[in-house]
Amino acid sequence: MISSLTAEKLACARGDRRLFENLSFCVKAGQALAVEGANGAGKTSLLRLIAGFLAPAGGRLVVQDAAGESDDAEERGKLVGWLGHQDGLKPQLTVAEQLAFWAALYRGVANAAVLEQVGLKRQADLPCRYLSAGQKRRLALARLLVSQRPLWLLDEPFAALDTSGQALVAQLMALHCGQGGIIIAATHEPLGLGNESLKL
Amino acid sequence: MNWLFRYANPHNFMRLSGVLLPITAIATALCLGVGLYLGFTAPPDYQQGRTVLILFIHVPAATVAMSIYGALAVCSLLSLVWRHPLSDIAARAAAPFGAVFTALGLITGALWGKPMWGTYWVWDARLTSFLLLLFLYIGYMALWNAIEDETRAARAAAILALVGAVNIPIIKFSVEWWSTLHQGESIVSGKLAPVFLAPLLIMMLGYMLLFVSLWMLRIRTAILERRARTLMQGGAA
Amino acid sequence: MSPFFTLLARDIKLAARSGGSAFLALSFFALVATLVPLGVGANLGLLTRVGGGVLWVGAVLAALLSLDRLFQGDFEDGSLDLIALAPLPLELTALAKMLAHWLSTGAALTLLSPLLALLFNLPPAATWTLFLSLLLGTPAVSAVGAIGASLTLSLKRGGLILPLIILPLLSPAVIFGAGAVSLTLDRLGAGGALSLLAAFSAGAVLLSPFAAAASVRLNLGG
Repeated sequence: MISSLTAEKLACARGDRRLFENLSFCVKAGQALAVEGANGAGKTSLLRLIAGFLAPAGGRLVVQDAAGESDDAEERGKLVGWLGHQDGLKPQLTVAEQLAFWAALYRGVANAAVLEQVGLKRQADLPCRYLSAGQKRRLALARLLVSQRPLWLLDEPFAALDTSGQALVAQLMALHCGQGGIIIAATHEPLGLGNESLKL
Repeated sequence: MNWLFRYANPHNFMRLSGVLLPITAIATALCLGVGLYLGFTAPPDYQQGRTVLILFIHVPAATVAMSIYGALAVCSLLSLVWRHPLSDIAARAAAPFGAVFTALGLITGALWGKPMWGTYWVWDARLTSFLLLLFLYIGYMALWNAIEDETRAARAAAILALVGAVNIPIIKFSVEWWSTLHQGESIVSGKLAPVFLAPLLIMMLGYMLLFVSLWMLRIRTAILERRARTLMQGGAA
Repeated sequence: MSPFFTLLARDIKLAARSGGSAFLALSFFALVATLVPLGVGANLGLLTRVGGGVLWVGAVLAALLSLDRLFQGDFEDGSLDLIALAPLPLELTALAKMLAHWLSTGAALTLLSPLLALLFNLPPAATWTLFLSLLLGTPAVSAVGAIGASLTLSLKRGGLILPLIILPLLSPAVIFGAGAVSLTLDRLGAGGALSLLAAFSAGAVLLSPFAAAASVRLNLGG
C-alpha cells in the first residue's frame, strides 16, 4: 500500500509547447483528486506523466510508502490501475476471456463476482464486438478491479455511461478510497467523494 | 565529452561553423581542383586505359558514403543517450548526403563497369552492398518524414540508424559470402600505380571536405529554420 | 500462467480469430510460388535452380503481411498502455509478440515449404535444407520485423514504410538461407551457411527486443 503521491513543481511539455509548469499537489491514501480543465489543458498528459509514459519537463513525482520514498517512474507504473479514455478491448474475445487475460497479465484474480459487480454476468461469454459502449466501459472497470492496483488513474471515468453506470463508478471509487487507495481522475463532472480538485 | 557538448550547443555551433565554413569551402574547391587536374594529366593505366579516371570519382564517393553512415550512427547514439537536440538535427541533415554519395558511387560504378565488364551492372559484392546501403538511407529518410512529431521522429530514426549500424557489417559479410558462392566477378583490385595514388587521396580528402561543408551548411539552415518557426509561433500567440 | 505466456497465448488466439492471418500468409506464399513459374517459364531445370531463392523471398514477404499490426492494434485501442503497466518488462512483451508472430506465420510457412518445393522440382536433400533454413531463419524475420513494427506503430500508413526499413536489414537471412539451398543442390555442404543463418537469427532474437521496447516506450510517451 502507498501512503501518498506528491507532485513537486511538475512541468510538462509536448514538443515546443508547455502544457503546465510549477504544478504541486499531494494526495494521501484514501483520498481522491479531481483534475479539471479545458480540452488540451493537459489532463491526460498529467495522467500519462504519473503513469510514467511521459517524462516530466521539470519537477518530480514522489511516491511514499512503508519502505520510504521513490521517484522512479518504472516502479510507479507498477502501482497504477489505468482507465484510459479508450477501453483496450478486442472485438474477437469474449468478456470472460478478456478479463481472464488481464487478470493473469496483472497477476490478479478474475472471478465471476467481479463481472456480477459491474453488471456483466449475463454477457460473460459474449464476444466484445456485441457490447454497447456502456457495457465496454463496465468491462474496463472490471479490469481495473482485477488489476488490484492502489493508485487509480482515471481518464473521464463517467464518459459513455448511463445513470446507473455512473452510480457504479461512484460506488467503486468510494470503495477504493475506503480501502486506502488513491484516485486521480481527469473529469468534467464532480467525483462526489468530498475530494480536492486541481484546475489546469 | 565536455568539449563536445560546448560546441554542440546550437548557439556555439552557429558561431563556430560560421568561421569554419568559408575555410572548408575553399579547401574543398582546392582539393577537388588539384585532384582532378593531377588525375587527368596522369598517364593512362596499362590495364584500364582512360577509364581509370572514373575511379577518381567513384572510389571517394563510396568511401564518403560509408563514412556518412558512421556519422549518422554516432549522432544517433548521442541523441538517444544524451538527448542532445543538435545531434538530431545533424543526423537528419546528414542522411540525404549519404544517399546522394551512395547513388553517385553506384552510378559511377556502373559507368566504369560498362567498358570493363561490358555491362553496366554486375552483381559485384561491393556494388551490391552499396545498393543495400542506398536502401538503408532511403528507409531512414522515409521514417523521418513519416512521423509528424519531430522529437519522436528523431528518436525513432535514431533507433533505426543504430540497428542499421549493427547490421551493416553483417550485411557486408553476407554479401561477400554470397558473391564467392555464386562466383560473381569482383572489381579488378590490382595495385594502383603510385602516380594514381596521390590524386586519389587528394580527391578523397576533397569529397570529405565537400560533405563536411555541405553538412554544416544544412545544419545551419535547420537551426535558423527552427528559430524562425519559434519566432512565428510566438508572434501568433 | 506467467504474464509472458499469458500475452503469448492471447496474441496467438487473436491471430487465429482475426480472419486467420496465418492462412492469409500461407496463401500469399503459395501465390508467389505459383506466379514465378508463370513469369520465368516452366523449364524444370531453371525452376530447381531458382526455387530456394524464390521460396525464401516469398516466405519473407508473406511474413511481412501481418507484421505491421504487431503493436499497432494494441496501440490504437489503448491496450498497449495497459500492457506496459503490467508486471512484465517491455522487452519481454516485445519478445512474446515476436514469438506469437513467428508461431502464427514463420512456423506455418516453414511447414508449407516442402509442398511448394515440389512445384520447383527441388530434390529431397534441397527440400530438407530449405525446410531447415526457414526453420532457423524465419525467427529473424519476426525479430527484425518487430523492430520495424514498433517504429511504425503510430503511423496510419506504417504498412508501406515497414518493408522499406526492414527488408535491407533482412538481406543476410535471405542470402544465407537461399545460399544453403544452392550449396545443397551443388552437393556442397550446407552446414556452414546454416550455422551463419542460425547465428544471425540468434543475434536478431536476442537484440531486437531491446530495440523494439525502446521504440514502444518512445511511442507511449508521444
